[in-house]
Amino acid sequence: MRKKEARLAVNIGKLKLKNPVMVASGTFGYAEEFADFMNLKQLGAVVTKTITLKPRQGNPPPRTCETPAGMLNSIGLENPGVDAFISKKLPILKKIGAPVIVSIASEGDPDEFISLAKRLDKINGAAAIELNISCPNIRGKTSLISQDPGSTFKVVKMVREVTGKTLITKLSPNVTDITEIAAAAEKAGSDAVSLINTLTGTSIDTDTKRPRIASVIAGLSGPAIRPVAVRMIWEVSRKIKIPIIGMGGIMDTPSALEFFIAGASAISTGTANFINPALSVEIISGLKKYLARNKLRDIKELVGTLKS
Amino acid sequence: MLQIRAKLIYNKNITGNFFHLTLRAPRISGKCLPGQFISVKVNGPNEPLLRRPFGIHKVKGSDMEVLYEVVGRGTEILSQRKAGEYLDLIGPLGNGFDLGAFSGSRASSSPVIVAGGMGVAPLLFLAQRLRGLRASSPKLRTEVLIGAKTASSILCEKEFKNLGCDVKIATDDGSRGFKGYVSGLLERGLNTGRRPPIVIYACGPRLMLKEISRISEKYNAPAQASLEEHMACGIGACLGCVVNTKKGFERVCKEGPVFRANEIIWG
Repeated sequence: MRKKEARLAVNIGKLKLKNPVMVASGTFGYAEEFADFMNLKQLGAVVTKTITLKPRQGNPPPRTCETPAGMLNSIGLENPGVDAFISKKLPILKKIGAPVIVSIASEGDPDEFISLAKRLDKINGAAAIELNISCPNIRGKTSLISQDPGSTFKVVKMVREVTGKTLITKLSPNVTDITEIAAAAEKAGSDAVSLINTLTGTSIDTDTKRPRIASVIAGLSGPAIRPVAVRMIWEVSRKIKIPIIGMGGIMDTPSALEFFIAGASAISTGTANFINPALSVEIISGLKKYLARNKLRDIKELVGTLKS
Repeated sequence: MLQIRAKLIYNKNITGNFFHLTLRAPRISGKCLPGQFISVKVNGPNEPLLRRPFGIHKVKGSDMEVLYEVVGRGTEILSQRKAGEYLDLIGPLGNGFDLGAFSGSRASSSPVIVAGGMGVAPLLFLAQRLRGLRASSPKLRTEVLIGAKTASSILCEKEFKNLGCDVKIATDDGSRGFKGYVSGLLERGLNTGRRPPIVIYACGPRLMLKEISRISEKYNAPAQASLEEHMACGIGACLGCVVNTKKGFERVCKEGPVFRANEIIWG
């Protein structure tokens, strides 16, 4: 008799995912760009490019550059705004058959999170909400909500009070102690945390003495930041009880496995989607093979198994 | 868009730092339009991390050709890849040139191709396709203006001539043909004599394209320009390669790389 396949299903708050492999916000557009490369339905979930209340044209180019084993980006949350998102993008996203997690951000006033959450609360196709309180690329901002436990608590609690949907809080690695921030999000009622957003960085063209990214400071992603991400997930997993969605430089199945072992219940592919658009579905089958080889019946048996 | 493993057939230095690369891609080659591009992972994981975009230089059956210049680590590694190896390839990508002006039977305008430096790369494929479109009227020659720094860095002159094009040269130092930029050569041609309506197809450095755009407006000759920008994904997802247009920021990899020159805010 054929052996039963290992279980990959996980729950994040009320959200039931058929597998723990998602695609990170800002790295997958609104999914339509990837339809040629995979059956999108296979994905555990799709996290959208971050949506703001009003349309945003984003930052001036150049917006990206390559760095050693990584890249910098400063897109500046270019998006069509919540109304156009709901009327134009969401109908396409709903058709793919994987849960859609809508990433939202404020452009300055934290109350925009409330308006956005209220708006999405009534929308069927939005399976969950991810609070992007950690984008490093909004002009004129010197500090992020996710750089302060008090502000994090306040914003998450405000949103928690206006929506029953699953809430995920996305954390910044640009902090002294990420566990404090994660604990604040948990205490305020977040159903899960996702980490890490990009690390801030700068790259300079020495011939022109100009920054390679117009906004000077940008977000670093890719395999270069993976050890930072894995460390932070390990630290956070020992402090909080809600699930962790891990991301940061996942390039293949072995690197995804590191995140589960460190304590993540689910993972997201990010920058790697730019290089190998079908990576996330490759990881789903890679996880199955790993579990079978290690005689594990459920991915949950792997989570947080770091021997130290 | 397809992602495939393409067999490397040929990869040789032609002159200076310029290389010719041929890839066998039967599932992609037939779908390619002039002005579109492909993206290639030049080696394994991590370093360099991102794919590299290349304009499609020529298509012949199931083979497609790329003309590239070694300018950095990515192209350096690519130049060392050998025939028989396989490269991870995605294509075809982006929107190509609009050939609408030449597909009807009453096509009355004539194409003028303007190439600056490496800009010749995607334009040879365009000349190839234009020749096919205009096969019924062999007397209609496509005019091609090639600009280069100096006589020894002129690319593809023979290839364009073999396609029956009427080729004119401009060099920055005057070592061949018109002395000055290729945009100057274009303007000189438009200044002298009466000519039928033309459509300009251009690819090259940004400043050259900006100049072509000015000339296009001045002489009321529509121009299409193929733009180049650093890309992270090449498939429209990252929003990294945007260019400022009259409609706002647009993605070079998706709405482009070919744009109407008068749509771009050149700055």
